[in-house]
Amino acid sequence: MATNLLLSIAWTHVSTRVRQTLVGMVGVAMGVGFTIMMAGLMQGSQIDFLRQLVDTMPHITVNDERRSVPNQPAEQEYAAVAMSNVANVNRRPGIRYPDTVMASLRSWLPGDVAPSVKTTAIVDHGGGRVGVTLTGIDPRLEVRVSKLASQMREGQLTDLSKAANGIIIGQALAEKLAIKNGNTVLLAGGDGTQISATVVGIFHSGLKRVDEGQVYSLIGLAQTLMGQSGIINELRVRLNDPLVAQKVATQVEAQTGYKSVSWQEANSDLLSSFSTRDFIVLTVMGAMLLSSSFATYNIISTITHEKRHDIAIMKSLGMREASVRRIFILESAMMGSVGILFGWLLGYLLCYAWSLITIFNPLTGATVPLQIYYSPTHYFATGAISILCCAVAAFFPARKATRVHPVEIIRGAS
Amino acid sequence: MSEIALQVVGLVRRVQGVISHTLVDGIDLSVVKGEFLAITGPSGSGKSSLLYLLGLLDAPTEGEIIICGQATSKLSETERADVRLTKCGFVFQFHFLLPEFTALENVLLPMRAHGRMSAKDMNERAMALLTSLGLGEQTGKRPNQLSGGQRQRVALARALANRPEIIVADEPTGNLDTASTEQVFGILRDIADQGQTVVVVTHDAALAARADRRIHIVDGRIHETTFGGHRKSETAVTTGSPELQS
Repeated sequence: MATNLLLSIAWTHVSTRVRQTLVGMVGVAMGVGFTIMMAGLMQGSQIDFLRQLVDTMPHITVNDERRSVPNQPAEQEYAAVAMSNVANVNRRPGIRYPDTVMASLRSWLPGDVAPSVKTTAIVDHGGGRVGVTLTGIDPRLEVRVSKLASQMREGQLTDLSKAANGIIIGQALAEKLAIKNGNTVLLAGGDGTQISATVVGIFHSGLKRVDEGQVYSLIGLAQTLMGQSGIINELRVRLNDPLVAQKVATQVEAQTGYKSVSWQEANSDLLSSFSTRDFIVLTVMGAMLLSSSFATYNIISTITHEKRHDIAIMKSLGMREASVRRIFILESAMMGSVGILFGWLLGYLLCYAWSLITIFNPLTGATVPLQIYYSPTHYFATGAISILCCAVAAFFPARKATRVHPVEIIRGAS
Repeated sequence: MSEIALQVVGLVRRVQGVISHTLVDGIDLSVVKGEFLAITGPSGSGKSSLLYLLGLLDAPTEGEIIICGQATSKLSETERADVRLTKCGFVFQFHFLLPEFTALENVLLPMRAHGRMSAKDMNERAMALLTSLGLGEQTGKRPNQLSGGQRQRVALARALANRPEIIVADEPTGNLDTASTEQVFGILRDIADQGQTVVVVTHDAALAARADRRIHIVDGRIHETTFGGHRKSETAVTTGSPELQS
């Protein structure tokens, strides 16, 4: 059957029923528009959160642990010998020959690597005590592996080298213990070592747990607080593309033998919760698009009911049932297509309007705009799903209508 | 010997339901090419049911309908639709024109559905048909802008569009005034005279008398057959109730 004829009849039907057609188009447009807005909003907030997360922490952390206990020499030499309940009498072993390891990694790594010493400490100031993670860094190399320099609110990264026992603390910790830049605090290490340190800078990452629980110092100070001079127990890697961190971490671990943790692995619980959230969001968006197709279903049902005489006459003229059915599916597709175009426009405008809204975060104290992610995928996906929903919504009433025997309708009219 | 356009053998149409009802009860009929056959009978006698069966709009419970040599009882619904499109032209009591389309577009419809002619040829044929039926000035009008007689003539033009072998008309003048009735019947007569087979259901005995043959249906059976002045051929055989034939 000539498609032109079917298109012509379909177009005539939709163009002569302006009100019904508009209602159908508005239904589709609303569904598509709000789905795009929701997708942009959800993905935008997620990406923003991940960006903050990725910016705040190294993409890969190589530490002086191993995934599994290495075989003991005696085990290697004598199969019958089994070692059990082996206690590590040493303190942290550290990464052996860290400079050599870093040089080797730099030769192929798509990014950079810097050494650090990680330990725990208690910050004591004005009667308040807070347990923190103290990371000893090299300020010259740190700028290559973290965004700490750009997150400084007071002081600079290089100020660590200018003061004796200088430390940089997070804004939340500073507020919690009422510390100001230049104040002196007491740092207590795990083995009872106590050091008086000067706050030379305050940073703000945007992540509360980091801003409240992370302190930076020079490597020497961290080693002293650990009581292990000369030790490097962590290499921090920053990659050009954070998304390949998992793959690179595996390669690094295979090369060095040390446990290498990508940011994805370190935040696997969080990313898992994102998957759940994505599923929920997709379900809601699917439901929105499906709901919008009900308007199409109703309209096509009405049109097929009103057009039953036309259906009868078209069938009596020799048009096949499938062709007549296709007319109504085409009508739905026409309404859907125009509705989708308007929906895309509506979605874009909603996204833009939402991006102008700012929200105060009482935890961070910052007022930030809603993050919207603009992606062509949102537009194409909602368009494709919507047109499919429209076609399915039209198929059932069209099938029902075109199955009616023309004689029944012709006799009824007579 | 004249060529048989339409042949019916042992045609039965029963409607199943709480009470089964036989609409057409064992009709045998042959209609030759170019014959004008009128079917008459009282209301509920089964004449329209017979017409719908002849035009393949309905399927028989038993029996065979042969259209231009093609047996149709085993055809699928799609194949029956194709036969309707190419070999049958329908005219109903109510014009059943598509209301959103102009007269010209309505006439174009079967040709476009068939899709065997160029757009130019289709337009030319549709215009020629409408003009020949006195509607040359009405081609751009929609059905609601036409009179009853004009609508029925547009329906006739649409029925003729694909040059069907058989024109099947169900009370085509039932809703028309006397002048329009005369005009439409005259056109049908001309169509038959030009070689196309015309089968018409009508209540109007005077009009039926102008057909080549009239069959009178009662209770789904041929009760009486009358040959008119335009009798086409001696091979036009009517059976069913032979003893009642005149």
